[in-house]
Amino acid sequence: MSTVALEVRNVIKTFSLDGGKINAVDDVSFKVNSGEFVALVGPSGSGKTTMLSILAALLTPTEGQVLIDGQDLSRMSEKKRVVLRREKIGFTFQSNNLIPYLTAKENVEFMLRLNGKADRAGRARTQELLARLGLSDRLHNLPAQMSGGQQQRVAIARALIHNPTVVLADEPTASLDTERAYQVVETFANLIHENQRAGIMVTHDLRMCQYVDRVLMMRDGKLVQVYETKDEIMALANGGVH
Amino acid sequence: MGLSTYLALKEIWRNRGRFLLVALVIALITLLVLFIAALGEGLGTNNRQYVSNLDAQLVVFLDKSDFIITSSRLDQSTLKAVRRLDGIAEAGPISTSSTAILLPDGKVLKVSMLGVESGRPGLPPVIEGRTYQTQLAKEVVIDRNVALRSDIKVGDEITIRSTQGTKDEFFTLKVVGLTEGQAYFFAPTIFVPPSTWERVRPKSEAEASKTIPDINVIAIKLDDPSQVEVMKARINATVSNVQAADIATTINNIPGYSAQQGTVQTQGVFTLLIGVLVIGGFFQIQILQKVPQIGVLKAIGSSNAVVGLAAVIQIMVVTAIGVGIGGLLTYVFSLFFPPTIPLVFNGQASAFAIAALLFIGPAGGLVSVIYAVRIEPLKALRLS
Ligand SMILES: Nc1ncnc2c1ncn2[C@@H]1O[C@H](COP(=O)(O)OP(=O)(O)OP(=O)(O)O)[C@@H](O)[C@H]1O
Ligand SMILES: [Mg+2]
Repeated sequence: MSTVALEVRNVIKTFSLDGGKINAVDDVSFKVNSGEFVALVGPSGSGKTTMLSILAALLTPTEGQVLIDGQDLSRMSEKKRVVLRREKIGFTFQSNNLIPYLTAKENVEFMLRLNGKADRAGRARTQELLARLGLSDRLHNLPAQMSGGQQQRVAIARALIHNPTVVLADEPTASLDTERAYQVVETFANLIHENQRAGIMVTHDLRMCQYVDRVLMMRDGKLVQVYETKDEIMALANGGVH
Repeated sequence: MGLSTYLALKEIWRNRGRFLLVALVIALITLLVLFIAALGEGLGTNNRQYVSNLDAQLVVFLDKSDFIITSSRLDQSTLKAVRRLDGIAEAGPISTSSTAILLPDGKVLKVSMLGVESGRPGLPPVIEGRTYQTQLAKEVVIDRNVALRSDIKVGDEITIRSTQGTKDEFFTLKVVGLTEGQAYFFAPTIFVPPSTWERVRPKSEAEASKTIPDINVIAIKLDDPSQVEVMKARINATVSNVQAADIATTINNIPGYSAQQGTVQTQGVFTLLIGVLVIGGFFQIQILQKVPQIGVLKAIGSSNAVVGLAAVIQIMVVTAIGVGIGGLLTYVFSLFFPPTIPLVFNGQASAFAIAALLFIGPAGGLVSVIYAVRIEPLKALRLS
């Protein structure tokens, strides 16, 4: 029985540019259930990063609502949104993901510290999760001593360790070679499914869609197409790079 | 608090080379500031020590002498007039001059020679030996600093060289006692009875035959030390042609004293300002490099308070380490400084300097802290 973790209702985000206005996100609605992994794709400038920023409570929508666990974050104070970000959201960024002066383990544990849960059990789970991601021998390495793929996996661990409702990933494979990219996204997908998180991944690389349950395609700020069946998704994934 | 401290200390530890470098710069600034403070204190002490140690509450000057000891000239009748006043316990005449002691090895030691009466304010307590017996004795009490520099001991005879008219005259005086810490006008001091002073002091041709000593100022010890203002008014009103001053006024009018202290203080303030700029510059550059990671910290749910406090803690820790190293260096260096250099590490002046130094860190880093607090979490996504 899966529940709705994230709901987007008629979200519009308008930016003013040189007097003119543009709707970077234009009347988008969708839902993501817990245990579901969704890809957000579309050409450059179609509004993917803007959409992700809104889901992460980093940007407020001009109109519409975003509900995480039923809470409307478009109406929240900045203070509450900070709390929501650390409790309910997990995040991986395209690059500069990790805190450079913390080791792999410390970077993941930091998420627990933020939530006041860096106890013995939390530390043990950190170690387990990093092992699961193949990083047992990198626990005490600083980001600068790890490859891009290893850093990306540490970021994935950090995005999952505190049992968030929603996990957001912006271009998690952008700095990885194809082989690594497949591995990382597959593990990511497995963890999201096992732990019943709602996962949303922005990607340019349509091949990565083979691991997701649904693909949302955006163009000019609008949600133009949804690929839901396994066949549709595989056809899209095999079509190549967008 | 805990989270901020964690972040601040982890970052310092993992970049300890870089932070140590800044701490060392702060240490050098600390060294400089502490030495400047000590120098100010030392110069000030050398200049005012005698006056501030006077066993007196008031000093009587010639009217319109601007409270400058060397410009003031009083005669014996003024001294008598002052002594007749009610409320005065003791009045000691003080006459000043500069002479030189000829040392056995042919060197010359410049000293301030003061003519003061034994047992009256003006002659400080004798810590070894005794004071001179009569006002005419060919005896001298010397400051311990003179003894240290010249190897002269109680019981020795010393030769004073003094230019009188156009000739150098030489006088032999017997050292009968030592006093402690009595520099006046930068030179260590020797004390002789007034008549001896008049005989020995350097003088012009015209003064050559004088025997009654001129007095520069009169040090007054009051019956009731709390009545300084009342007695000052009484002296000014009753005795003609004089102006009385308290000890603080006398010190501030020692020639060059205020100007010198002002100069030293300005140097100290400028050094602190340089410190503010150095620290400010370093942390500002550092924060600019850290924009993406601070964006990430905020995006994953760190509050502005956590990020800002971490920046403050980091600056304070680095400043404290720098000031600590600097203090230690200052202490070590001070052990190797020759006693002739006027450095006085006075607890109060050093404590004030250290407080100012600890303050310059946060002051210099303030801009960078504000900058850190203002960084938008969105930077984590947009900056790639
Ligand atoms: N802060 C902003 N101010 C003005 N316009 C903006 C701002 N951020 C984004 N836009 C505009 O909104 C549109 C959507 O941008 P967005 O970055 O969301 O696209 P994207 O799908 O992530 O593109 P890419 O694949 O290149 O990353 C673009 O036209 C962009 O120029
Ligand atoms: Mg983008």
